Amino acid sequence: MFSASALRLNIVDRPLAKGKSEVSLSAFAFLFSELVQYSQTRVSNIGELERRLEDVGRGVGLRLLETLCHRERGGKRDTRLLDVLKFVHTTLWKYLFGRQARDLEQSNAVDDEYMISDYDLFVTKYISVPKDLGTFTPAAFVAGVVKGVLDGAGFPARVSAHFVAVKGQAKPKTTILVKFEPSVLQRESRLPNT
Amino acid sequence: METINAEIFTLTYGSMVRQLIADLEDISAVNKQLDEMGYNIGIRLIDEFLAKSKTGKCGDFRETVDRVAKVGFRMFLNTTAAVTNWNAEGTECSLILEDNPLTDFVELPEGCQNLVYCNVLCGVIRGALEQVSINTECSFVRDVLRGSDVSELRLKLLSLNKEEYPFKDDD
Repeated sequence: MFSASALRLNIVDRPLAKGKSEVSLSAFAFLFSELVQYSQTRVSNIGELERRLEDVGRGVGLRLLETLCHRERGGKRDTRLLDVLKFVHTTLWKYLFGRQARDLEQSNAVDDEYMISDYDLFVTKYISVPKDLGTFTPAAFVAGVVKGVLDGAGFPARVSAHFVAVKGQAKPKTTILVKFEPSVLQRESRLPNT
Repeated sequence: METINAEIFTLTYGSMVRQLIADLEDISAVNKQLDEMGYNIGIRLIDEFLAKSKTGKCGDFRETVDRVAKVGFRMFLNTTAAVTNWNAEGTECSLILEDNPLTDFVELPEGCQNLVYCNVLCGVIRGALEQVSINTECSFVRDVLRGSDVSELRLKLLSLNKEEYPFKDDD
């Protein structure tokens, strides 16, 4: 009885699920593979392909920001640059991958660039990039998710994903490079240090 | 099997559908594309199903559908479907989806009322069964997103391909 009436309710009036249910990783991998293949039919170079994956990821990120702030933060959203980055590095990463990201670093050269690095993101699992696609990385999707979260939080940034070879490691690590727009840093410098 | 949070899957699917709508601009073309993508998934998914489900041979179509509903849906989407409404010949039936992770968070906006949001599932079932020599037709007849109480997939057996021996390698 209750469930029948709950379905009639407008979608935003229904209670938000706990978000504990799971589906098989294969189901996601199959879907993602189709997404990549479909995207390939509509682009002419690798940059565009990554852009398209980013766009799809951005849609996911915008929605995850709202869901996670509501669930994990009691409805609060971070407004300071470092807090937002920590939110991505810790809360978002735990939700997506079940653990914190390996590293969060600031670029040495410029102060508007940050890097979040990790190994074995599930989107890259089961995917081997053929030679003719060169530097393409399916983690562009994750970059899109991060971009969605940052955009939604009011920190517009350019976000890109890269494979980086690491000495002494067989697998390359995936680095998400975040470059904030100037307006973000200007605002940050006006705010008092806490 | 390894699992991931169902919401990531749900949101990714939703985001993809939105991109398809933006690209193709025509809802019926989107429905067709989703079915096509499902088909491509189905013909690959059956391998994993057969390798990991540890089920034996199915005796007839009834048993096959039961296994799709109970084992297949459980394995990949962590849900099950109820099989009902068999016709007298045992060639047509309905799958009722009680809990469909694809439709969480989803509401069809105006102008998309003809979108068969979960059409990908039809393609998956058709593609997977085709790989085990069962030709079927599958479509949504009721959809919670379009105001029905439940989602119902109608599955129709078209023909069974005879497996012939010896198999030819090159055709």
